[in-house]
Amino acid sequence: MEDSLQKEREIMKVCLLAGQIMLQSGAETYRVEDTMMRIASSYGIDHTHSYMTPTGIIFSLEDPQPMTRLSRITERTTNLYKIDRVNTLSRQISRGELSIAEAYRELKEIERTQAIYPLWLNVLMAAVASGCFLIMFRGTWLDFVPAMLAGGIGYYCSVLLHRLVPVKFFAEFSGALMIGLCAVLFVKYGFGQARDIIIISSVMPLVPGLLITNAIRDLMAGHLVSGLSKGAEAFITSFAIGAGIAFMLSIQ
Amino acid sequence: MYIEQILTSFIASAAFGMIFNAPKQSLIQCGFAGMVGWMLYIWLQDIGVLRVAATVVAAYCVTLISSIFAKKYRKPIIVFSVSGIIPLVPGGLAYDAMRNAVENQYDQAVQSGAAAFMMSGAIALGLLLSEVTNQIIRKIMISKAS
Repeated sequence: MEDSLQKEREIMKVCLLAGQIMLQSGAETYRVEDTMMRIASSYGIDHTHSYMTPTGIIFSLEDPQPMTRLSRITERTTNLYKIDRVNTLSRQISRGELSIAEAYRELKEIERTQAIYPLWLNVLMAAVASGCFLIMFRGTWLDFVPAMLAGGIGYYCSVLLHRLVPVKFFAEFSGALMIGLCAVLFVKYGFGQARDIIIISSVMPLVPGLLITNAIRDLMAGHLVSGLSKGAEAFITSFAIGAGIAFMLSIQ
Repeated sequence: MYIEQILTSFIASAAFGMIFNAPKQSLIQCGFAGMVGWMLYIWLQDIGVLRVAATVVAAYCVTLISSIFAKKYRKPIIVFSVSGIIPLVPGGLAYDAMRNAVENQYDQAVQSGAAAFMMSGAIALGLLLSEVTNQIIRKIMISKAS
């Protein structure tokens, strides 16, 4: 009896950690639920229930002993690499290739890994994406470099501020503020031509695209609470970006 | 004209994959999904299809391609679909709405805001249709197998 209880605790730990990593990395709610359920059932526990919102997971095992745990999620980022790793791990577990202890160790390691690309590369990619978006939105090649600069600076600024101050809203607001400032200055001193299109394209790396698509997917899958709260987060982020730009435009 | 669109949409989507920490070996596929979606979007608009309808079709195709990739490379669908959907997100319209609101032109602001909302709805519809297609295909496969 004591043994099976111990085993159940371990399974619970593995399931919750897997769910936590996925939810923190921005996975869709139904995928997190599905992964946790699969892990539990491949370790021999078939009756599980989970309730999930973007800010916490409640997971409950039914047999042999009813057991429920809650895990709080405070920070959410986008890290597709971690989602992929946990997904692969859960496939391995369902094939019976990993023991509970091994799985837990692997998950701990996944949790520790940080971004697979260095920050400078991310900033560079944000800059490149901004430049490309300018062309996609039918801008001229003359504005390519200004958009790259504005996008890169804005993204760097928001990442840096997010590390200093843990208020996401403020980081995004300041990023947008910097983009607005750059665009206004560039156009004023003849370095760029079309202010509006430069701003639109350099703001794209900050836009909460993942949140929007996830919110829609969650709502369609019937996870109404998750969908609505992700939608609210997306709305706040968009509002922060919009407010930053608007502030800059109104004082110029 | 189209060549630079193809090139930039591919690079932009792959760059977004990197910003979102997509695994290295799937960056090409991320770029491809984004490229197809964007090319469909602008081509449909060029032949006179309304913007909302073009968005539905583009979002549908991005999700369909992503689900094919997801099955082929055994990765979660989200890895491919996010970077492909990003170009379709109505950032420009949202910006217009915000700018007009700041400049006290509320009628214009409401117009752009409503248009942005419609575009988000179109993305949602595209995703929904693609999901339904996926489920129908799966059901047919299962019934054939049994």
